[in-house]
Amino acid sequence: MAAPSLTKGDTIENLIEIKGARHAYQTASGPLPVLDGLDIAVPAGTFAAVVGPSGCGKSTLTKLVAGLMKPDEGEVWLHGERVTGPRKTVGMAFQNPVLLEWRTILDNVILPLEIVAPRMPTKDRVARAMELLDMVGLTGFESKRPSELSGGMRQRASLCRSIVHKPDVLILDEPFGALDAFTREDLWQTMRDLRAAEPFTAVLITHDLRESVFLGDQVIVLSGRPARTQYVMDVDLPADRTLDALFTPKAADMLHILRDQIKIAQGRDVEGHV
Amino acid sequence: MLRKISTPVIAILIFLALWELLVWANGWPNYKMASPSDLPSAFWKYKELFFVMGWQTLWRTIVGLFLAVIVGTLIGMIIGFSKLARDALYPLLIGFNAIPKATLVPVISLIFIGQHDFNTILMAFMISFFPIAVSVGIGLSTLEPEYRDILRALGASRFTIFRKIALPKTLPEFFGALKVSATLAFIGTNLVEIVSPHGRGLGALFKSGETNGNYPLMFAVLIALAFLGIILYYAVIFLERVFAGWADREGS
Repeated sequence: MAAPSLTKGDTIENLIEIKGARHAYQTASGPLPVLDGLDIAVPAGTFAAVVGPSGCGKSTLTKLVAGLMKPDEGEVWLHGERVTGPRKTVGMAFQNPVLLEWRTILDNVILPLEIVAPRMPTKDRVARAMELLDMVGLTGFESKRPSELSGGMRQRASLCRSIVHKPDVLILDEPFGALDAFTREDLWQTMRDLRAAEPFTAVLITHDLRESVFLGDQVIVLSGRPARTQYVMDVDLPADRTLDALFTPKAADMLHILRDQIKIAQGRDVEGHV
Repeated sequence: MLRKISTPVIAILIFLALWELLVWANGWPNYKMASPSDLPSAFWKYKELFFVMGWQTLWRTIVGLFLAVIVGTLIGMIIGFSKLARDALYPLLIGFNAIPKATLVPVISLIFIGQHDFNTILMAFMISFFPIAVSVGIGLSTLEPEYRDILRALGASRFTIFRKIALPKTLPEFFGALKVSATLAFIGTNLVEIVSPHGRGLGALFKSGETNGNYPLMFAVLIALAFLGIILYYAVIFLERVFAGWADREGS
């Protein structure tokens, strides 16, 4: 496919790239603009955390990256290819773990393989799923039903399902949002360990600034609706960071800057660029 | 396990005893109300008829219910997936369901003169498809979008999403409706059997008891109908356990 606005050099740099996305939903009371000039660039193998006020269009952003929606204007590129629809190399996890109650945990994790790799032998599917369940500490729970697991364990299983088919793009839409604070921190560390073991490029939507700093290589602050990219921060912490890293002065400074940016995004100063 | 069987059996025995007592205490003759003690002789005297007629009622009810499952599920899928179809079909469906089905007996007997089996099955179907259509429709239209998105994002077809997610997720609602429909289908079958001249099935046996003033026979037919109803209901429960047992969290 011709790539008029993207040179080959860019594609190697950035695995996910959104350029000038604009979008409005058609509602009964007229068009409701949600995105107005969204630019995002996520280099291969890195983690981009996206924060912003509620209702600013973050979930719309995930739908664009997943190819479930096309923006009215602007472009979405994955792997140097213009996104025109869903693709098998995407994984998704949501705030609601949406596990299928009639399947065991193991069969839930295998689900994407049934779509993406229908010819893969069952033995290999099971081995792959068990490998991931082991990484997130769910060994021994593979034949349980989702209703028999706690919320944190369900979310762990959901994370396994989102990466079982080795997607190169992982979309996380507030996956830890409904968990209690301690479970959430446990899952951050699980996510960090998964990243070390599995190569993927991720977009994480979150409301938690500490989460964005702990998991992100960059933190993207969106403005209030309609959303545009308001601020991008490179997280200057080691890749194998521990929770303690969040209590260093450097992290405190970053959190402080992000906090100010969120205030601006909430409408205290609409034009506020740093 | 023993308690599971003994509890309902004891409840039935108590019910029969109270019924006997009511008739005895009021000194009612059996043309006013037959008592349980009148029934065994009525069953024994007409035992061949009960088997033949009971079977006719049962198979026509099951065929009607089977059609209701197929058509009801199809209508449910249409109104569940398409908002346009939902808006268009709901008033029609509700209106049709509100028509007392007894009024349709003369209509269908005139359209399909003499097709007794067909008419009976048609009535069992018409009276029982509505709960299935509505519950499947609601089950599909209330499917959370995330469930669809996990497969849609992988490029799965609508049919795959239906087969792997929407259909199994709707099964508990479907079986809930099927329990209601199973008993409704019996009502439909008997309506035609009782009203049609020279009908067959337990309804016709009831009618002949009425014509001949054989009141114990009429009550025996009612008990036989109740018995068939219970059997069909538990058959549905059995299928529910097999196909949607995961929704039952009692054991976990």
